[in-house]
Amino acid sequence: MNKIIKKTLIAAAVATTMVAGSAQAEDITVVSWGGAYTKSQVEAYHKPWNGYTGNTVISEDYNGGLAEIKAQVEAGNVTWNLVDVELSDAVRGCDEGILEVMDHSVLPDGANGVPAAEDFLPGALAECAVGNIVWSTVFIHDESKIQGVDGLKDFFDLGKFPGKRGLRKGAKPNLELALMADGVEPADVYEVLSTEAGIDRAFAKLDTIKDSTVWWESGAQPPQLLADGEVVMTTAYNGRVFNAIASEGKPFVINWDGQVWDLDLWVIPKGAPNQEATMDFVKFSTSTKALADQASWIPYGPLRKSSFGLVSSFHSDPSLDMAPHMPTAPANFTRALQNDFEFWADNSDQLNERFNAWLTK
Amino acid sequence: MINFLQKSINNKGRAYFFLALATLSVVLLTGTMKAAVGFLLIFGTPLYFMEKMHDYSTTGERFTRYVFLVISASVLIFLIAPVLIIMPLSFNAEPYFTFTDGMLSFDSEAYSARWYLDILHNGMKAPEAIEGWWSDMWNNAQWVRAARNSFFIATVSAIIATTLGTLAALGLSRPEMPQRALITSLLISPMIVPLVITATGMFFFYSSIGIAKTYTGVILAHVTLGVPFVIITVTATLSGFDMSLVRASQNMGANGWTTFRRIIMPLILPGMISGALFAFITSLDEVVAVLFIADVEQRTIPRQMFSGIREQISPTILAVASILVVMSVALLTVLELLRRRSEKLRGMSPG
Amino acid sequence: MTTANPSIDQANTLPLKEKLAKTTAIQRRRAFLLTLPLVLFLLISFVFPIGQMLFNSIHNNKVSAVVPDFATAIQQWDGQGLPSEATFEIFVKDLAKAKKVREVGRTVGNMATRINYEMPGSRSLFTKSARKAGKIKQGPYKEALIKIDKKWANPQVWLTLQRASHDISPSFYVAAMDLKYNETGEVVEADELYQIYLDNFIKTLWLAALITFICVLLAYPVAYLLSVLPLRQSNLLMIMVLLPFWTSLLVRTTAWIAILQTEGVINDLLVYFGVIGDDGRIQMIYNQTGTIIAMVHILLPFMILPLYSVMKTIQPTYMRAALSMGSKPFYAYRRVYLPQTIPGLAAGTLLVFILAIGYYITPALVGGQDGLLISNLIAYHIQKSLNWSLGAALGTMLLVVVLLLYWVYNKLIGIDKLKFG
Repeated sequence: MNKIIKKTLIAAAVATTMVAGSAQAEDITVVSWGGAYTKSQVEAYHKPWNGYTGNTVISEDYNGGLAEIKAQVEAGNVTWNLVDVELSDAVRGCDEGILEVMDHSVLPDGANGVPAAEDFLPGALAECAVGNIVWSTVFIHDESKIQGVDGLKDFFDLGKFPGKRGLRKGAKPNLELALMADGVEPADVYEVLSTEAGIDRAFAKLDTIKDSTVWWESGAQPPQLLADGEVVMTTAYNGRVFNAIASEGKPFVINWDGQVWDLDLWVIPKGAPNQEATMDFVKFSTSTKALADQASWIPYGPLRKSSFGLVSSFHSDPSLDMAPHMPTAPANFTRALQNDFEFWADNSDQLNERFNAWLTK
Repeated sequence: MINFLQKSINNKGRAYFFLALATLSVVLLTGTMKAAVGFLLIFGTPLYFMEKMHDYSTTGERFTRYVFLVISASVLIFLIAPVLIIMPLSFNAEPYFTFTDGMLSFDSEAYSARWYLDILHNGMKAPEAIEGWWSDMWNNAQWVRAARNSFFIATVSAIIATTLGTLAALGLSRPEMPQRALITSLLISPMIVPLVITATGMFFFYSSIGIAKTYTGVILAHVTLGVPFVIITVTATLSGFDMSLVRASQNMGANGWTTFRRIIMPLILPGMISGALFAFITSLDEVVAVLFIADVEQRTIPRQMFSGIREQISPTILAVASILVVMSVALLTVLELLRRRSEKLRGMSPG
Repeated sequence: MTTANPSIDQANTLPLKEKLAKTTAIQRRRAFLLTLPLVLFLLISFVFPIGQMLFNSIHNNKVSAVVPDFATAIQQWDGQGLPSEATFEIFVKDLAKAKKVREVGRTVGNMATRINYEMPGSRSLFTKSARKAGKIKQGPYKEALIKIDKKWANPQVWLTLQRASHDISPSFYVAAMDLKYNETGEVVEADELYQIYLDNFIKTLWLAALITFICVLLAYPVAYLLSVLPLRQSNLLMIMVLLPFWTSLLVRTTAWIAILQTEGVINDLLVYFGVIGDDGRIQMIYNQTGTIIAMVHILLPFMILPLYSVMKTIQPTYMRAALSMGSKPFYAYRRVYLPQTIPGLAAGTLLVFILAIGYYITPALVGGQDGLLISNLIAYHIQKSLNWSLGAALGTMLLVVVLLLYWVYNKLIGIDKLKFG
């Protein structure tokens, strides 16, 4: 009670001197995927940057995709300064002219003096984008409920592990997962998928669990579905699951077999305001140290080689080494597939149409 | 049934799809009505026993009467229960959407107001801080920001909708109004056209003139959606309006403005206010147009609830919902009082 | 009869008939002027946007805006074999020019996306070739282009380009009706695995009809009860109808999620009373059942209110007269009471049906994989797949159905009869 009175008194004092809140010119709005991922960016990028420059980062969440950026750009009213997108969207958005071209020459050298162009992993520097992390779609289960899950094929085995499955609502990356579970090697997945027979095969595999599937749309959902007992296994983004395990002590297990990994990149919507400050933030947040720092909050792999050696332990638990939890850790990488952005740029319209038709039938 | 319809459409050739679709919907609709009428014929017969139960009613009649009462009561409970059930659920101490054992045994430990506190804390930079708590809450708490947006947008939209709507209703209720039917159906159509279509159209057009993702755009959309309700309620008040009052006032030398202020205004005021309330609550409840037209900056309560339901269901949403229900009760009370006043003013017997 | 005023009579020598006509005209204009601000407002905020959407559904200039010279030149092609060397040259030059453009809506990517809708998998063909087109300095252009990618030798690419070069085309309606253009440019039925819209239209209409039917069944007895009860009691019960009506749609949807989900109130009660086992919880939400329950709940007041307002006006004496004259109760009900409630029944039915086919939020939140109704597909194309023209075409088709029903409603009942509370 006293606390509240105190708050009120202070508020009254503040209110008299307060002016109408208006954003400063140098504030930037950075849009990302929310949850534990945004939290890691706030801790590793936003707060330190604010400390150096005094500029504030306003953090907003979204569910991916280019719709919002496209709408803002076409409306000529761009309010987002920087957006965290998947590689396929970065490429498509760049092709359609709704993203600013990025000048990679301004990016700082790695902490070990290696020029940025060589320090970043291949593919991380796209025409309109600068990459920051590697993330992965994995499947998870609750160890306290089921044991002995052996690889991706068990995800599709309702006989061995009865119960609901959780999958992302959309064709990507379910078709890849279905093929890998059906015995296709990661290296051949996209080759198989580019034939009509391959697509049929993937859908046929999905058919086997269709009636037992719960479809999720945002990354925050799958850990919750699993925790609530709505599903016994679900696909999920590895970082968020790790946080549910490490911070909340959930008995979840990550199965790395058949993981589908992808890059996340920064892009600037065309015509966004404050581009100078935004670029400054991009330079800061993709520096060797910031990327390494972020990895202590969430196990998404930094895209600079110079950051690898600096990845330390989990922020709240010094005994928990982060490196083995990265998608790129050798033990996790035995059967991994990189999401093919070009395949999806070409085929996502058609495959999602078929997916929607399949879903409603 | 569906397969059959599908096939018949396939065979006829899809160039005629429109015609087929239109006919189909009319057929379905009349079919629905016919089926419903038929059903009522068979099962509705007990209805008239309701009215007066005579001493000489047979046991069978009494039985049907009770069956009927049970059915009606169940429907009413079906209507009201979901609205009421969320209130106790919102005081759950656990992060579940259901009654825990503790709640059922009225254990005070099982109840908590934590989700109400969460409404304030969610998004705050330092919920535990003492200094700057209020301004932090006011500026950063997501739900508070959404509530501020909602009330701002709803208030402005309701004012504009009521002004424009009342003027138009005055025009429409004049006996000399040309093309009344056409214009009325135009003005009511925002209520009929599916929201997704309205929102899509607005999204394209407002984008092309640069007002999408702005407060102006959202308010324009909400005025549009609120206008039909104002027209309907104000026209209803005007329907019992005695035009000779206006002539009397003019005969006595009052000019147009005075007549409006002293004669028309007091009589239609209840209708105007309930129209304004309708417009207000339409805006407060609207989410489709906001999904399409608004930016994060214009995020409203329904928008926040929508993403909450889709992404991370927590009892915080139930707490917000409970607050909204309490608000609806308050609004409903105001409306009911207004209705009674209106009927008194218009010299109608209550009811 | 007012007393004639001599001064006015002298000043105004027009015959009475014309004076009357003039006054009427003025009054007509006044009445119209009162509605004018709102009419203008709605034209800008509502009618015009929808009109533009209709236009968007047939208009798409993503080819002619990117490769303008080629878009004109390809029209000369007769569709046989491949276009001429001259056309290829224009295309290559246009493509090289377009590669340098970064203006929104005019990049090669925009054209690639447009063509990809009709020829899935051809997107990278355009973006890749555009990158290399600048290097082709001299002819033969045909060979040079085919050397970049042999898909350019496929006549279907050029047929699609020719079709898409027209700014106005029905191609999005073709897609919206589950049709497609085949290799030779004829309209044929799309592969069954890709058919979704037509089924969805039918599913939406079917669901709307079912919901309307359930609403009639539930609303009729309640409306009757409300209309015959003494005022004090009926007002009290009316609150139970009006409160949900006034409560936010999202609140009610949330409530149904809390009640129906597998860990929700009903399942918990059933488990508690031992009706079902803990592992036998019933799936009542995120499927068709959930959608129907929630939508009936939301739309029921729209059925009860018009029925009630009609039943209220029916004199109980009619029924008594029929009964006292020896009519069988069933017969009296069928011939006397029911016909009198038809106007209210029609009003409620149409209103609920119209609202139900346009529903979006509730199916999206509680429908799960069955929740894809036509409105959701429209939203999907506007917000996710970014195929705005297809979304607009589907929207137009839905709009036609709704306006037709609205017209019927107006003819039968008259929209000005609509009342709330």
